[in-house]
Amino acid sequence: MSMSASELQHYLFAPHPEEEEATANASFGFWIYLMSDCILFASLFATFVTLSRSYAGGPTSQEIIHLGHTLEETLVLLCSSVTCGFAMLAMYRRQLRRVLGWLAVTFVLGLTFISLELQEFLSLVAAGHGPTHSGFLSAFFTLVATHGTHVTVGLLWMLVMMAQIAVKGLSEPVQSRLIRFSMFWHFLDIVWVGVFTVVYLNGVL
Amino acid sequence: MTQPRFARLARILPVCGLALLSGCSSFPLFDTRGPIGEREITIIVIAFCVMMIVVLPVFVMTFLFAWRYRASNLKAIYAPHWGRSFKIDLMMWLVPAVIVAALGGLEWQATHTLNPYRPLTSTADPVEIDAVALNWKWLFIYPAEHVATVNQLVFPARVPVSFRLTSATVMTSFFIPNLGSQIYAMPGMRTKLNLLANRPGIYTGRNYQYSGNGFSWMQFEVRVASRRQFRVWLAAVRRSPHTLDAAALRQLERPSINAPVAYYSSIPPHLFAYFIALFHGRPTLPSTLVRNGER
Amino acid sequence: MLETDLIGRLRLSSIPYQSGIVMGATAFMILVIVIVLGSITWYRKWGYLYREWLTTLDHKKIGIMYVIVALVMLLRGFADAVMMRSQQALAFGSARGYLPPQHYDQIFSSHGTIMILFMAMPFLTGLMNVAVPLQIGARDVAFPFMNALSLWLTAISAMLIMISLPIGDFSRAGWSGYPPLSELRYSPTVGVDYWIWALELTGIGSLMTGINFLTTILRMRAPGMTLMRMPMFVWTTACTNILMILAFPVLTIALALLALDRYLGTHFFTAGMGGNLMLYVNLFWMWGHPEVYIVILPAFGVYSEIVPTFAGKPLFGYTSMVYATCAITLISFTVWLHHFFTMGAGPDVNAIFGLATMIIGIPTGVKIFNWLFTMFRGRIVFPTPMLWTLGFIITFTIGGASGVMLALPPANYVLHNSLFVIAHFHNVLIPGTLFGMFAGYTYWFPKALGFRLDERWGVRAFWAWLLGFYFAFMPLYVLGFMGMPRRMEHYTNPAWRPWLEIAAFGVLLILAGIGCQVTQLLVSIRDRAKNIDASGDPWDGRTLEWTVSSPAPVYNFARIPHVHTRDAFSHQKEKGLVHHRPDGFHDIKIPRNTPLAFAVGMLAFGFGFGMVWHIWWLAAITFLLTLVCLIVRGSSDDVEDIVSGAEVERIEKARYRELSAIGADDQSRYAHHQPAHV
Repeated sequence: MSMSASELQHYLFAPHPEEEEATANASFGFWIYLMSDCILFASLFATFVTLSRSYAGGPTSQEIIHLGHTLEETLVLLCSSVTCGFAMLAMYRRQLRRVLGWLAVTFVLGLTFISLELQEFLSLVAAGHGPTHSGFLSAFFTLVATHGTHVTVGLLWMLVMMAQIAVKGLSEPVQSRLIRFSMFWHFLDIVWVGVFTVVYLNGVL
Repeated sequence: MTQPRFARLARILPVCGLALLSGCSSFPLFDTRGPIGEREITIIVIAFCVMMIVVLPVFVMTFLFAWRYRASNLKAIYAPHWGRSFKIDLMMWLVPAVIVAALGGLEWQATHTLNPYRPLTSTADPVEIDAVALNWKWLFIYPAEHVATVNQLVFPARVPVSFRLTSATVMTSFFIPNLGSQIYAMPGMRTKLNLLANRPGIYTGRNYQYSGNGFSWMQFEVRVASRRQFRVWLAAVRRSPHTLDAAALRQLERPSINAPVAYYSSIPPHLFAYFIALFHGRPTLPSTLVRNGER
Repeated sequence: MLETDLIGRLRLSSIPYQSGIVMGATAFMILVIVIVLGSITWYRKWGYLYREWLTTLDHKKIGIMYVIVALVMLLRGFADAVMMRSQQALAFGSARGYLPPQHYDQIFSSHGTIMILFMAMPFLTGLMNVAVPLQIGARDVAFPFMNALSLWLTAISAMLIMISLPIGDFSRAGWSGYPPLSELRYSPTVGVDYWIWALELTGIGSLMTGINFLTTILRMRAPGMTLMRMPMFVWTTACTNILMILAFPVLTIALALLALDRYLGTHFFTAGMGGNLMLYVNLFWMWGHPEVYIVILPAFGVYSEIVPTFAGKPLFGYTSMVYATCAITLISFTVWLHHFFTMGAGPDVNAIFGLATMIIGIPTGVKIFNWLFTMFRGRIVFPTPMLWTLGFIITFTIGGASGVMLALPPANYVLHNSLFVIAHFHNVLIPGTLFGMFAGYTYWFPKALGFRLDERWGVRAFWAWLLGFYFAFMPLYVLGFMGMPRRMEHYTNPAWRPWLEIAAFGVLLILAGIGCQVTQLLVSIRDRAKNIDASGDPWDGRTLEWTVSSPAPVYNFARIPHVHTRDAFSHQKEKGLVHHRPDGFHDIKIPRNTPLAFAVGMLAFGFGFGMVWHIWWLAAITFLLTLVCLIVRGSSDDVEDIVSGAEVERIEKARYRELSAIGADDQSRYAHHQPAHV
C-alpha cells in the first residue's frame, strides 16, 4: 500500500469523535413506530369495514351517528393540531413560556375531544347500544376507542413534557421528545380523518 | 371438463404409478374413487414430478460440490474471487419462473374446475345432502327425502352429490379422502361441496379441523351404493322408529363421542336453515315434522 | 361462586393435582429453579448477576440472554413433542395412551406456540443482537433501553407460558387459536387467556426489536458501508425487521379483539350476534405468514455468512440475494390465504393466492442456488456450522417442494389439516430455521463468550438431529396420503400405526441430538481454557465482527472502522491491513445499566398474570407502575457512562499484546486471501 501513515489512518478509521445522532435516530425510530401504528389502525379499519353491516338486529350506523357531534370532535382535534404546531414553532424559537402555553391549550382541546367522545359512548351504552350488542357495535367502539386511547396517552405525554420543560427547560433531550410528541399528535389527527370518513361519514351517507 | 393437454398427457405417468399404489387401500388419497379426487391426486403427482426438476439438481450439486471442492482436494479449481455470473443468475431466476408459470397455468385452470362449489355435470339429477357438524358427530339431512342420519352417509354411485354444510358448534372440516376435496363447515354459515363416486364401496370420512375433546372420534361411515341399494336403504331409514323431534335434537346437541349410527324417519322442515339460524337470532323449530312430504 | 377481589378467579383447585404428568413437570421445574437460584446464592453471584446481566443494556449480553431463553424453551417445546409422538405411537385402537384429549390438546397448542414464538423468535433475535451491531461497525443498537425491554418482555412471556403448567391450564385451541373454539363458550378456562397475554406481551417485544434494529441498520452503519456492502445477515435482519414492524400489529389486534370477546363480551369473532369467524382467520394469518418468513430469513442470513466463510469465497450473486430477500419480504404479505384454501373463498381468490405462493418459491430457490455456487470452486472445510448448512440445503429443498404442492388449491383440498402439512412445515422450519439457529449459535458462540464449542459433540448432535428429523417427519408425509389428520390423540386405523412408531423412533434420535448439545455446552464450558478464542477470529472470517476480540469490549470498536468493500475484514486481509493500530483513542459513551427494563418485565408478568386470573387490582397496579417506570426513563437525561480514552487504550493495548503473542497480526498469515497467491 503506498499510503502515508495518516492516509492509512483515514482509510481504516472513521474520524473521531463520532457525531451525535441521538435526536435524529430517535425521530427516525419513532417514524417507524408510527408506521407500525398505521398497520394497527389499518387492521382495525379492516375489521370495522368487515363488520360494518353486522347489525345482528341492533341499531344501524345511521341510527347511532350524529354528524354534528362528530363535527365538534373533529374541529376540536384539528385545532389542537394547530396549537401543537404553534408550540413547536415556539420551541424552535426557544420561547419556553410560549411552548408551555400552547401545550396547555393543546391539552385542553385534547381533553375536550376525549370528553366529547366519552359522552358519545356513554349515551350509546345508556341507550342499550354498547359494544357487546353486535359485531358492528363492537367494531365501532373498538376502532374509535383505540384512537381515543392513543389520544389519552398523548394527553399524559403532554403533561409529562410540560413538567419536564418547567424543570429542565428546552434542553436537547427535551426538544427531541417534544418533536416525537408532535409527530404522534399529528399522526393521531390523520387517523381521526380516517375514522370520521370511514366510520362516521360513510356510516351516514 | 377439459384439461390442458399437458395434464392429460401427464396423467399417463402417474396412472402407471398409481396402478401400483391404488391396490393399496390404506392410501385413500391415491386410492381415489371419484373424479374429483382423481384429478386432485393427478395434480399432486404432476407438481411432484415438476418439482424434481429443481430438487434433483440441488441434491446432485450439493453432494458434488461438497465432495469435489473439499479443502483437501487440491486438484479442484479454486476461484476465491469469483462471485458473479450473469448466465447462472439468469438461469436460476428463469428456470423456476418458467416452472411456476407452467404450474400456475395448470393451477388456475384446475382451481376453477375443481371449485368445490361447482356442480358436477352428469345426466343424473344430483342427490342433495346437508351435513351438520355437531360435537362430536355428523348429522346428515336428506332434505328431499325428509330423513336424516347420524354418522352414516349413504348415496348412490355415479350420481353427483351436492352438499350444503354448516356447523352447530365450532369450525370443522368435512373430508372423505377417497372422494376428494374437503371444505370447512362453520357455524352460522353455509358452504357447499360437490362430489361424485365412481362405483359402490365403503369409505371413511371425518372432521379434519380440530374441534375439541371429541375430535378424534368425529368420523363417519360413507356407503356408496347402487341406485337400487340406495332406495332400499332409504326405505329402511323411513321405517326407523326414531324421529328428529325437538327432544331428539336437544339430545343431539349435547356433546358426545362415539355416537352410534342413527336413522331419523322424519325431520322438521327447513332443518338445515334452522342450524344456520341458531346463530342469527332466535330460531324456532316447527313443532310438526315432515315425513315423505306429508305432515 | 363469588370471585374474591383479592385473587380473582384463582383457586387452589386451579392447580391440576390430578394430573401426574403436570405435577411431575412442575416438580422438575421447581427443582431446576431451586438448583439455579441455589447455585447463584452458593457462589455469591447475586451482585454479579444484577450488575452484569439483569440491568445491562449491552446488546452482546442481551443477545446471550435471548439465546438462553430460546434454548430453555427448546427443551420445553421438545418435551411436548416427545409426549405427542409417544402418545400417537401408543394410542391405537382400544389403547388410549397416557394423555387424555384434554391434556393432549394443551400439549400440541403449547408445542406450536413455544417453538415459533418462544424458541425461534428469541433465538433469531439473540443472534441479531450478538452479531448485527458488530457486523455494521456500530457500538450498540439505536435504542439500548428498548432492546432490554424487548428481552425482558419475551422472557416473562415465556414465564407466563411456563406458569400455566402448575397454575391453571393452557389453551386447547392450537397455536392458531381459531374461534369459536377459542371463545369463552368453548374454552371457558384460563388457558386461552394465558396464550393471549403471553403472545401480546412478547409481540410488543418483537415489534420494538423490529423498530430498533431497522433504525440501527439504516442509520448506524460504519462510514463507507453502503447498503450493498452490508453482510448478508444484516440484509436479512433488516428485512426481518420490516416484516416484524408490519406484521406484529396485526397479531396484536387479532388477539386484542379475541380478548375483548372473552373479557367484555363483544362480538368480533363469535358465531352469532354479528361476529365473523373468518375475520379472525384472515387477521391471524395476515400476521402468521410473514411470521414464518420472520423466522426463516435470519436463518438464511446465517447460511449466507457461513458458506462464504467456510468455502473461502465471497457469497455468489450478492445482488441477486439482496433482491431475492426483498422479494420474499414483499411477497410474504400477499400469500396468507393459502393457510385456509378450504374455507370456501371462490376459485378466483384461491387461484390468485396459490399463484402468489408459488411465486415466493422463486426467490427462495435463487438463494439455494446462490449458496451452492458459493461452494462451487471454493475450498470447503466442514466444521459443525457447515454441516448444519449442508443438512439444511438437502432437507429444506424437500420441504420447499412439498410447499409448492400445497400451494396448488386443488392439492390443498385433500392435504389440508393432514399430517402432510405438519411434515411440510417442520420440513422447512427445522432444517431451515432451527439448523440455521444451531449453525449461527456455533458460529458466533466464540464471539459472544470467548471460547469455542466442542466440535466432536457438535458433529454427533448434527447427525443425531439429521437422522432423527428424517425418521420423525418423512413418515408424516406418508400418513398425510393415508388420510391421517393432525391433532389426533388416538386413532383406530391400523395402517397408520407403523409409521407413527417410526416417527416416535425419530424423536428419540432427536432427543439424543439434544443430549449431545447439552453435553457439548457442558464440555465446552469445562474445557473453555483449551478452546479459548484468543484472536477473535476463530473461523478466518470475512466480516467486521471478527476484527474485535472475543468477547468484544463493551464499546465494540475502539475506533469505528471505515469500510470500502463488502466483506470488509477479507478486504483488510487482502491488503495486509489486519489489526492496524489506530493513532489515538478517545472517550466512548456507553449506555448506563438500569434496573428499569427488568422491572418493567416483572411488572408485565404481574400484569399478564393478573389479567389471566381476573385479579384486577394486580393488573391495574402493575400497569400504572409500568407507566411510572417508562415515564421515569423517559425523563432521564443522564443515561450514559463514559469509558475514558485512557481506559480504552489500556484495553486495546492488552489486546494487541495478545494478538502479537499468537501472531494474529502477522499479515503473511492471511496470504491466502491475497489475489497474487491464487
